[in-house]
Amino acid sequence: MALANHPPATADLAALRARAKSMRRHVLAMARGPGQGYVGQGLGISDVLAALYFHEMRWDPADVKAADRDRFLLSTGHYSIALWAALAEAGVIPLDELVTYGADDSRLEMSTLDTTPGVEMIGGSLGHGLGQAIGMALGLRLAKSPARIFCELSDGEMQEGSTWEAAMAAGHFSLDNLVALIDCNGIQADGPVVLDMEPVADKWRAFGFATQEIDGNDLAAVVAALEKARATDGKPHAIVLRTRPGQGVPTLLAREKAHFVRVEPDEWDALIDELDRTEADHG
Amino acid sequence: MAERAYTQAMGRDEATGGRATVDAPFGNALVEIARTRTDIVGLTADLGKYTDILPFRDAHPERFFNVGMAEQNLVAVAAGLARTGLVPFATTYGVFASRRAFDFIAIACAHSNLPVKIVAGLPGLTTGYGGTHQAIEDTGLMRLIPDLVVIDPCDATEIAAATKAAAVHPGPVYMRLLRGKVPVVFEPDGFDFAIGKARLLREGGDVGFVSTGFMTERALDAAEALEKRGISAGVLHAPTLKPFDAEAVIRFAGEVEHLVTAENHVVRGGLASLVAETLFDAGMTKRLQRIGLPDRYIECGSVPTLQRRYGLMMDDLVAAATGERA
Repeated sequence: MALANHPPATADLAALRARAKSMRRHVLAMARGPGQGYVGQGLGISDVLAALYFHEMRWDPADVKAADRDRFLLSTGHYSIALWAALAEAGVIPLDELVTYGADDSRLEMSTLDTTPGVEMIGGSLGHGLGQAIGMALGLRLAKSPARIFCELSDGEMQEGSTWEAAMAAGHFSLDNLVALIDCNGIQADGPVVLDMEPVADKWRAFGFATQEIDGNDLAAVVAALEKARATDGKPHAIVLRTRPGQGVPTLLAREKAHFVRVEPDEWDALIDELDRTEADHG
Repeated sequence: MAERAYTQAMGRDEATGGRATVDAPFGNALVEIARTRTDIVGLTADLGKYTDILPFRDAHPERFFNVGMAEQNLVAVAAGLARTGLVPFATTYGVFASRRAFDFIAIACAHSNLPVKIVAGLPGLTTGYGGTHQAIEDTGLMRLIPDLVVIDPCDATEIAAATKAAAVHPGPVYMRLLRGKVPVVFEPDGFDFAIGKARLLREGGDVGFVSTGFMTERALDAAEALEKRGISAGVLHAPTLKPFDAEAVIRFAGEVEHLVTAENHVVRGGLASLVAETLFDAGMTKRLQRIGLPDRYIECGSVPTLQRRYGLMMDDLVAAATGERA
């Protein structure tokens, strides 16, 4: 099946906002089962995934292995909750499967394995994504494919040295078919980012990336940055995304920033209600 | 005072033991394979010259990527290339592949059974640069990774054949590399290499050598020397450490009085452990002597000095077989 000629010239921001909100509902629905999960990260990255999966990427939900598909690599495998939400929203995963998130024998693992349709790599051992994205970008360029690679990684993940091994190579190989999406949400396993990574954008610039820095919860800004990252001038692209864990649900936004959010059983209905009443995106 | 031997620079060819040699058997085999296979790509981490992959670079520059001194990224990039349908051969030294890039070989490659081929130079005591460069525990580490094929070839003929076998194997492979002018032990005509198969090179009844890597060359020489002393010695060459040919080992063990394993690797976790596990699993009891490296870091020095000092010579195998070495 031929791929749709994405991305369209103009973005329907209202439609993308509706997608992002729907994905956030999926995130809450998933976490409700186990009563916990990477809810903060899932809500924080939803705008970016909505812009990718429903606007920027050339891909076909009915043929997730198409040779010339654009690829999204989720390096932070524990953000799986956001990826499942996007894939469910796109129809790759049935909506009624979302309740199995994190349950024994579910395809919707707490940390991604590549056996679930639509998953391009095994994330979760942090520092793995960008190097594999480079291999894919090189391989697709060799095949003269128009496909592009979008690789998510996080602020905490930048502490893994392999991230910078990969960053060096991306610039060296002039991979303008590669977009690194750096989710800076300010938290990591031990709490607020434990090792200061600022200035983040300067680091990527120094490694040869055409770098933008935006509010990752501003859909219009995300769409515009992705459009700019289509440039084919021999430089890999980096978009530093300032996101807010818990975005779209004020109670969770206000809660102490935690790597792993636990929610009491009687809180869920109120949180979903809050989400429905809130304009999630700042655009 | 006896004449001193000196540690040699890395680029120098290895001692050849009087046999004919072939230059860069791995790199030349890869060039030959890539002539018809457009899916073959080559990578290195700043060790192209010392891992014999430059013939491939020269033949197919567009399919060759030098990622610099970054072994984690070497393997990650190879995994990404493999996910686009290519078959990458990535070269570095065994120490860097197995120690620095372990997580990437395990998770980025083997977990998804991707056809990434790691070609690992300076196995065991083939360098005098000490613990930083001598891969003395690499195959032991690598064989703990599910679905990873682990090969320790003996000679130039087998390196070329194993490279071809690796290129058609659908999953990941870790292959030890002998570089430079590599001795020819096996006649290339009609030579057949099958992943997971040990090869009975010589039958014998008194003692049986189970050997891997270049130690098989020495086991063959030892068997020859033993025959002159009236001792019948067999040689079973086990180039594939994973999957291990347990059946061949059990059959071989049943035909000899006692076994001597021989490997250019620490015996704990190496071939000796594999043979011991195999015998134990089969309920067999057999006297087993282990030729190989001790559980310690090894110093710098000239390769012949180190190999003599740590008992990897033909004489050491003979002594083990005759009981002169406990």
